[in-house]
Amino acid sequence: MTAQAPAASKASRRRPTRRSRWWAEVGWKYPFAALIIFYAAFPLVFVLSASLDESGSLSGTETLFSSFSLANYQALNDTLFWTWVGNTLVIGIAAAVGAVLMGAAAAYAFSRFRFKGRRGSLTGLLILQMFPQTIAFVAIFLLLISLGEVVPALGIDSKIALICVYLGTALGANTFLMYGFFNSIPMEMDEAAKIDGASHAQIFWGMIIPLVRPVLAVVGLLAFVSAFGDFILARIVLVSNDNWTLAVGMYQWVSDQLTARWGIFSAGTVIAAIPVLVLFLALQRYIVGGLTAGSVKG
Amino acid sequence: MSIDTAEKAPAPQRDSLARGLTGLGWGFIVKLLLMMIVNALGVAGIMAAWNAEAWVILGASAIFLVAADWVYFSRRALPLKYIYPGLIFLLVFQVFAMGYTAYVATTNYGAGHQGTMEQAVDAALIQSEREVEGSASYPLAVVRDGDTLGFAISEDGVVEVGTAEEPLTAVDGSVDESGRPTEVAGWEIVDRGALLSDQELAQQVTDLRVPVSDNADDGSLRTREGSTAKVFRSSMEWDADARTLTDVDSGVVYSANEYGTFVGDDGSTLPAGWYVNVGFENFTRAVTDADYREPLIRVTLWTFAFAFLTVATSFLLGLLFALVFNDERVRGRKVLRTLFILPYAFPAFLTALLWRGMLNPEFGIINKWFFFGADINWLGDPWLAKFSILFVNLWLSFPYWFLVCTGALQSLSSETMEAAQIDGAGRWRQFRSITFPLLLVSTAPLAIASFAFNFNNFTIIYMLTNGGPRFDDTSVPLGATDILITAIYQISGVAGGRADYGLAAALSIVVFVVVGIVSAIAFRQTKKLEEF
Repeated sequence: MTAQAPAASKASRRRPTRRSRWWAEVGWKYPFAALIIFYAAFPLVFVLSASLDESGSLSGTETLFSSFSLANYQALNDTLFWTWVGNTLVIGIAAAVGAVLMGAAAAYAFSRFRFKGRRGSLTGLLILQMFPQTIAFVAIFLLLISLGEVVPALGIDSKIALICVYLGTALGANTFLMYGFFNSIPMEMDEAAKIDGASHAQIFWGMIIPLVRPVLAVVGLLAFVSAFGDFILARIVLVSNDNWTLAVGMYQWVSDQLTARWGIFSAGTVIAAIPVLVLFLALQRYIVGGLTAGSVKG
Repeated sequence: MSIDTAEKAPAPQRDSLARGLTGLGWGFIVKLLLMMIVNALGVAGIMAAWNAEAWVILGASAIFLVAADWVYFSRRALPLKYIYPGLIFLLVFQVFAMGYTAYVATTNYGAGHQGTMEQAVDAALIQSEREVEGSASYPLAVVRDGDTLGFAISEDGVVEVGTAEEPLTAVDGSVDESGRPTEVAGWEIVDRGALLSDQELAQQVTDLRVPVSDNADDGSLRTREGSTAKVFRSSMEWDADARTLTDVDSGVVYSANEYGTFVGDDGSTLPAGWYVNVGFENFTRAVTDADYREPLIRVTLWTFAFAFLTVATSFLLGLLFALVFNDERVRGRKVLRTLFILPYAFPAFLTALLWRGMLNPEFGIINKWFFFGADINWLGDPWLAKFSILFVNLWLSFPYWFLVCTGALQSLSSETMEAAQIDGAGRWRQFRSITFPLLLVSTAPLAIASFAFNFNNFTIIYMLTNGGPRFDDTSVPLGATDILITAIYQISGVAGGRADYGLAAALSIVVFVVVGIVSAIAFRQTKKLEEF
């Protein structure tokens, strides 16, 4: 198929009678692509249009962009939306930084040191990371209740507690992704640094970390996105509404049929989704690599 | 406390300081500072656990702290220096959580069986409090500190204050000639007028129960009108040796049964119980209990169907698109690819909520735009709701498979394809006999992982349909689109409703087993172990 390709396109340019053949082989793919793009993008265009609609509901939008008003965006200021954005950022960034540091450190240990139980620990991690933490949410809920009686900062309704819960998966989920990457850095470099008098910590912070920055970015982003998108753990841990993350808060806006506030939901969706969308598209290449290495979303 | 730990932390560094200085000066100081913080927090945690009498937490934090000091101040634990922080979180919030799930699954922890027997006895004593006949009444001042309400009384000129949480304790203050406190240090006195005019406040005051002492047997102070307090004492008597509660008014003797409930000799039970080990009862209840059996079978079948169908449909659609656009003759493929993966880059929970609105039968645009305003109840009909979930998840995840399949197609060797062409294989034949099998080899592990992920895809189900529409032939709060994880959420009652942690944990174990089996298959497929 690929061998034919250049020949066919040359032929079609030379002889217009081959146009129908071009159309049958390649041309139809453009309208098909348009169809897919419509399928992929229309909900997104719709939510943008709804967010600019002045009626503040999903029903007013018979035609797209029939009105242009920033009322929904202004209405966000009267809600806790920006508090939730702040909470989400704090929790997501803390979880991402923690996941990156812990994962990188563990991957460094597994990649660079030879110690007893190394193989066993790697296998153990591989098995553990297959069991999603969310299944154990009942136990996590009860655990946090007990912890909260001792240290309130680690109890129910504490952002720190939620960050700690998220960090529970840092080692299992990321070590493998990073381990492979660390292994691709030749050991000879470590040895050279050692001969120059560098300690293991200096090699880690001064040499390895700068070299593995791409994988750190991917792990950080994946950890951030998973904290951003988590609902079940955030919902059971964060009780009071000024502690909520976006996922919990925005769910509350629209979960009740009768009082659903679709106008501000649309505006909030646009604001919340755009940074993630941009990050994702900008780091596409890395993420695809990360995905095929085994971590799955959706 | 801080002085205590500041003294404690530098102690181990004495001998290692010399070693540290030879290598990295400031690095060691950073480590030292960090370890001081860790030690301070650790010791504070241990003391808090001591005060709260939480022995398991105390033991665990002591072990973690000692281990941390050993790891970071010993030369022998080099790899552990790098693994330890992540390991702690992994052990507590993943390994322990899994083990604890297994433990809870063998208990009847839940509504009516919360806490220990001691707590249940206290609850029963408090519940049965009656006014003590002929007891003294105390002139009372209602006091507040922020949102906390309390009672202030005076006994022999000494002002005592207590709240619902804190028993009566003596504080500074002054009293008027009737003995009613007029000034209480640290508390603001609530005006009597405010009590009369504010209905809600008056309700809170009449509900307030201030323990006389730490011992529930001593009873508590309560008030009817906010100006005098009377001592209420429990009409129950607890006999710790016989493990019975006796109601002195009615003479009913409640004895502890093995199921964690106090049962009276007249057959009645007390509302507060404690949790006990029930063995595998939760598991057998899931498959034999008339209320749970039917719905849980349907939920389980739908869980498998959903996970399988959603992977199959999105894989096939992604594969189709990848096949069509893995063609060098199509221009602008980069732009097309970016546009195709838009749904994937959109946060999943927002997707589900957005579609929830768009599929609304009354004002949703799906009905308006594509079905000429027909009144199709997408999320209200059991089968349509199932279809909607598959459709929305297809929208959400086809880009993932598009990316994966495109990558896999590009890595197929062109020699194989050429060989097939030379052998005279048609396009369909090429696809069926060569492309597809080769593609399956590289994508099967991902498909299995995706199956396991969707098996527990709480977000999409809960955000889109809440598991509804509810089954109408059963009393349990489950619905037609509930998968196991959302069913567990409903049954557990962590978000309200009747809590049944035991049954929820038992079902979690079932999910663990399924995920374990699926993962074991994936494990053999990927053979990741070969890499190290």
